[in-house]
Amino acid sequence: MFVRLQAEPFDPGEELNAFVAGREDTGALVSFTGTVRSTPDRPVETLTLEHYPGLAEQRIEAIATETIGRFDLADLGIIHRFGSLTRGEPIVLVMALAAHRQAAFDAAGFVMDFLKTDAPFWKKEAGPDGERWVEARAEDDAARQRWKR
Amino acid sequence: MKLVYFAWIRERLGRAEQAVEPPPEVGTVGALLDWLGETDEAAKLALADRKAVRAAVDDELVDHDASVVGATTVALFPPMTGG
Repeated sequence: MFVRLQAEPFDPGEELNAFVAGREDTGALVSFTGTVRSTPDRPVETLTLEHYPGLAEQRIEAIATETIGRFDLADLGIIHRFGSLTRGEPIVLVMALAAHRQAAFDAAGFVMDFLKTDAPFWKKEAGPDGERWVEARAEDDAARQRWKR
Repeated sequence: MKLVYFAWIRERLGRAEQAVEPPPEVGTVGALLDWLGETDEAAKLALADRKAVRAAVDDELVDHDASVVGATTVALFPPMTGG
């Protein structure tokens, strides 16, 4: 298991290849990549990701540990950027490796649902109309709730 | 006690952190928010919408009824939007 927070860009393909290198004992790899979205309705040039240093790492580590304990995984990797990003760039990568697909799918979804609401990051978009803080979505809280048991 | 602020709460306050010495009767996050609003006009405006204020006490995410007694650092920020 690893968790990495970084200001530098990363290449999801390279990360994925490195993550599974030599892992012939596992049959299922699920990855999720979140990228900076820009649409005609809401054009974005840059995205600034503010984070709470220390607590952000600690929270993602805690989410990763809980995920490992809850699903039957062979390995889990999480990369999250902070600082300044441009449109289209990857923000977050979750990689879940398991013997069978369901655990890998569920683990990737679980990590993302908790990252959205429990990791101290805040997005600020900048476009031709100026800057705005991205608002938290009620759907994100609802998505997190579905894992309650 | 050190207060640290993030995102639009930091911007509206015009500062990233400050040292405060709340009186002993300020025992919870909620009471701390009330006290900050009374002592500081910028804080009153920035923290007015209580539902939009989240807190961490000494690196632990907590509710507004959590204790701040003996806390070293209290962080105040809007709902998180990472991922």
